[in-house]
Amino acid sequence: MSVIEANGLRKRFGATIALDGIDLKVEQGRILGLIGPNGAGKSTAINAILGLTPYQGQLRVLGCDPWATRDRLMREVAFIADVAVLPRWLRVSQAIEYVAGVHPRFDRVKAEGFLAKTTIQRNSRVRELSKGMVTQLHLALVMAIDARLLVLDEPTLGLDILYRKQFYDALLNDYFDHSRTIVVTTHQVEEIQNVLTDFMFIHHGRVVLTCSMEEFEARYAEVTVHPERLAAARELKPIHERQVFGRSTLLFERADRGRLQQLGDVRTPGIADVFVAVIGGPGTQPQAASG
Amino acid sequence: MATVDPTDRPDPALGSQAGGSPAIGPALQSPLRLVYWSVRRELWENRFLYLVPLIVAALYLAAFTIGAMRLPLPAARPPGEALDFVSMVLMLTYVIISVIYCLGALHNERADRSILFWKSLPVSDVTTVVAKACFPIILLPLIIFAIIVVTQCITLLAGSAVLLARGVPAAQLWSQSSLLPMWAAMLYHLLTIHGLYYAPIYAWILLASGWARRAVFLWASLPVVAVLIVEKLVFNSSLFAHMLLSRLQGGSSAVPFPPRGGMPMQAPTLANVAAFVTSPGLWIGLAICAVFLAAAIRVRRYQGPI
Repeated sequence: MSVIEANGLRKRFGATIALDGIDLKVEQGRILGLIGPNGAGKSTAINAILGLTPYQGQLRVLGCDPWATRDRLMREVAFIADVAVLPRWLRVSQAIEYVAGVHPRFDRVKAEGFLAKTTIQRNSRVRELSKGMVTQLHLALVMAIDARLLVLDEPTLGLDILYRKQFYDALLNDYFDHSRTIVVTTHQVEEIQNVLTDFMFIHHGRVVLTCSMEEFEARYAEVTVHPERLAAARELKPIHERQVFGRSTLLFERADRGRLQQLGDVRTPGIADVFVAVIGGPGTQPQAASG
Repeated sequence: MATVDPTDRPDPALGSQAGGSPAIGPALQSPLRLVYWSVRRELWENRFLYLVPLIVAALYLAAFTIGAMRLPLPAARPPGEALDFVSMVLMLTYVIISVIYCLGALHNERADRSILFWKSLPVSDVTTVVAKACFPIILLPLIIFAIIVVTQCITLLAGSAVLLARGVPAAQLWSQSSLLPMWAAMLYHLLTIHGLYYAPIYAWILLASGWARRAVFLWASLPVVAVLIVEKLVFNSSLFAHMLLSRLQGGSSAVPFPPRGGMPMQAPTLANVAAFVTSPGLWIGLAICAVFLAAAIRVRRYQGPI
């Protein structure tokens, strides 16, 4: 059974179509990145998965309909939306007590252990903590939950780079194993590229591209080309071309590696670069739609 | 604070075994336990629920003691009036904080976006709304009752001390006040009139609190005013106003008013209880309360941060 399975997932707000038929299948042990511009439908998709919003179409999360059974689903799904959601009046000790009280899969000792590695005081209120500390607290709570699916919606928004790095390091080293599944949305795509096992581009409420990272590395290649070889390179039909320090960097999809290596150094591109190439900049319609 | 868990914590080993099963595991949390923790969370968030009555009681006690020491003896006699006075003040405090609590109960969590955190935990909207509704309807009457009883006891003790210090025997003070029947009447009054009979009013405010994006008080009060005006203009009648008034006064049909006016507050005789329990006003009110709460639950299910 897939952890998440969606077929023709749709959602509209009045005249705005937020999700226009999303198909999605996430297997256990994967770390999926949902990538798309603002308003692409990422958060709506995540809200549907978490049972926070009704939807049309088929959606099963751990075998359940999330809208009908949110409270039961949340025993096995953990969720960090962004740092602002912990109530400001809550004390750190109260947060631990409360989650231990209501969550059957919460390990209090584990949470205390994570917190001990931080400088967070047990009797502080959330409002007294810095933004980074609030995230650390939320992460400590969530990592102490033996969840099968962890959903992160812009979890590191507004954090400085040190906390962002810590966040993903902790998640990978102390939490993730192959019985768990993680779905994450973020704008800082570069930072999670080496964390993901799969990614999905969403644009205008549609899936533009889904790809595993293994496939990504085989499929896309980036070459910085000498000006005299540029014409030859263009014959190989790059899907995108950009200028870096006066030299052209060309992005190829399913091009012959041997021929690319004659043009210059072949690298695996960043997801962000492929994203720009596939989406074609803000405001345009999706061109490629395959996976 | 010492905690008493209504149920045992489920075995964690059981939970991890359930992780392998296709559907959601059997690690059930008893509903009572979830309500218990939801209630504690409300007390953490809304400390004014007990702090305000405590402050009012403390102010009263300070003023009473100073008065008892300063005023000439006949005026300083504490029983009867003084005890009635403090219970009236505290009941009024209770009604005010209940309304304030209901106005914020389903609004604040949306305004500070913490609703996303609460919804990320395995607590249903039903549990949350029921726990919130418990406060004005059941828990606050009990809290206020406890505070009134303690304040009255301290009043009597302080009064006795002052009388003794002034060389007057304090026995008359205690003989004049029949505490137990008074407390029984007060508890009955708080639970029946202010709790159960007012329940639809609190449920309505809770619904407005869950529904309005801002200005909860206006959304709670304007529809009521609108109905009053429309009824007056269209039918030239004021049935709704009479209904409201009778509800606020505690339903004159069920419990007869004491001759000196004010709210009915008498020791609950069996006949009184029977009359109250069988009064249609009570059950119509509770049915309306249930409808409003069901709507509030539905609204919370759909609502996110604002």
